[in-house]
Amino acid sequence: MPAELLFDLTLILLLLGLAGAALHTRTLYTSIVLFIVFGLMLALTWARLGAVDLALAEAAIGAGLIGVMLLAALARSAAEPNTQPARVPLSISLLLAVLVLALLIRAIQPLADSNSVLPALVDTHLDESGVSHPVTAVLLNFRAWDTLLELVVLLLALIGVRQLGRSGMALPPAWPLLRAWSQMLAPLTIIVGGYLLWRGSHAPGGAFQAGAVLAAGAVMLRLAGLLPAIRWSRWPVRALMLGGVATFALVAVGTHWMGAGWLNYPPGWSKQLILLIEITATLSIATSLTVLVIGENEHPTP
Amino acid sequence: MTSTLIYLCGGVTLWVVGLHALLVQRHALRRIMAVNVMGSGVFMVMVALASRDAAVDPVLQALVVTGLVVAASATAFALRLATADPLDKNEPERK
Repeated sequence: MPAELLFDLTLILLLLGLAGAALHTRTLYTSIVLFIVFGLMLALTWARLGAVDLALAEAAIGAGLIGVMLLAALARSAAEPNTQPARVPLSISLLLAVLVLALLIRAIQPLADSNSVLPALVDTHLDESGVSHPVTAVLLNFRAWDTLLELVVLLLALIGVRQLGRSGMALPPAWPLLRAWSQMLAPLTIIVGGYLLWRGSHAPGGAFQAGAVLAAGAVMLRLAGLLPAIRWSRWPVRALMLGGVATFALVAVGTHWMGAGWLNYPPGWSKQLILLIEITATLSIATSLTVLVIGENEHPTP
Repeated sequence: MTSTLIYLCGGVTLWVVGLHALLVQRHALRRIMAVNVMGSGVFMVMVALASRDAAVDPVLQALVVTGLVVAASATAFALRLATADPLDKNEPERK
């Protein structure tokens, strides 16, 4: 067996083991920690499959921010009643799962050998898109609608969370080591975020990765008590959060009005428009994710 | 057996593991994690399909980047719903 296949098999088995353990371990805390490790391994898998954009996003969002949200939710939720499912239903459900698995694998096998015409199409039109990295070109030019609607989904989730009122959890007072570390890491996250944003036009990187990294930095500073609470009632915060969707929608209406059609950029303008959208989207993703993860709670005054 | 096939089967297996846990487990946090594992399985199938040729398919990868942010948003909302305090309703304080 070639060495590459051995690596792939090991990675998949590790992922499956981590997923199974995360979902079925007795204590909830252990399972959340295992889930975070699962996210990190998933980022490694994306890198192995050549999806570097995705690996960056997964490491920041999937492993980092979702982990923080799960741990915060664990602190708020009631203790788990200790009931184990009975043996007979468990064996029946396992049998059914194996049957479904066999059916799905049979269905998906032919896909491995088929071909797609899309990469060639993207390649021929890449010069007109205004950027030289194909994934960014797809995200912000060829399929810009998806990205616009994704920003809307993020905004909707934020509004939904806000409707449920303040989460009762108060942030604990920060310990000195965390303060010192976050003072050192915060400038780095800003540099890395800015670099990822700038790099997105010609290499893996872009608005989502940059936004997620910036959000991680902001969450860390909030936990250390070094950043004032990010509140919806302040107008700069509101402007930042709505800015992404607003700019994107304005560009859509503008291009339609100029006669090119919804989100069809006029020739020669693509690069500037994409840059404008990316900058506002990065800031709005960073603020929205920060508020989603950490909420609008005040720090206890020491 | 190629590496694309390994990752395709791995993605499908992850999806089934998540579905099984979603049906068997009772606690809300575990169910939310199970839905996330199912999503990761779908993403893995898509990314494996994107890299089956020498030319990597940017459309599928871009869709997964979009899906990742949507999954994170949905998870945040679900977690907030699952841990919402029913006594919170008559709390009028809102600034």
